[in-house]
Amino acid sequence: MNNRYETVFILTPVLSDQQAKETVKSYKSMLKSADSKVHHEEDWGLRKLAYPIQKKSTGFYYLLEHETDPAFIDKLEVALKRDEKVIRFLTVKMDKHHIAFAEGNRERRKKDKKESSDKA
Amino acid sequence: MADKKDDIRYLTPIDIETKKTKYCRFRKNNIKYIDYKDPDYLLLLVNEQGKILPRRLTGTSLKYQRKVSQAIKRSRHIALLPYLTDQLK
Repeated sequence: MNNRYETVFILTPVLSDQQAKETVKSYKSMLKSADSKVHHEEDWGLRKLAYPIQKKSTGFYYLLEHETDPAFIDKLEVALKRDEKVIRFLTVKMDKHHIAFAEGNRERRKKDKKESSDKA
Repeated sequence: MADKKDDIRYLTPIDIETKKTKYCRFRKNNIKYIDYKDPDYLLLLVNEQGKILPRRLTGTSLKYQRKVSQAIKRSRHIALLPYLTDQLK
């Protein structure tokens, strides 16, 4: 039975854009290989950290919302832990309120995009 | 003798702290989920040093205070909120 999870991870700012995209792609392909569905992904880009992590004060933030088999989450976390490029990660199981909230956000964003495109 | 008391005239009527009834903002606005990913909202529930405000000040109910503290701890983990600062707001 697959659960809905939301994984946020931070990459070191030292990376070039291309490397950052590669690591994200590697995790997405890893998820796909474990027949999980990636519902939504967000790239917050370079953001200032509230406190320095590993002597760095900025980081690339990525969010992956996926539906996977619970047993696979341990593998995902081990991979994240082993990867030096990822300085911090957090996987959260989504309960029904969280899912409703995420869905609501997506509709709102789509509506905003549609409105802005209509206006443009 | 009674008028001696009236001598004291206040320019503006002093409003002694009338007991404002506190309410749980989450139950009132029917918010079901507190997102740990947007720090701006969580800043309302944290004092200047970044510490979580107690229920007696914010008036939130126990059920939502637990969700608030969990959300704040998660956002601290992914460095959206600081663990400790001096001038947050």
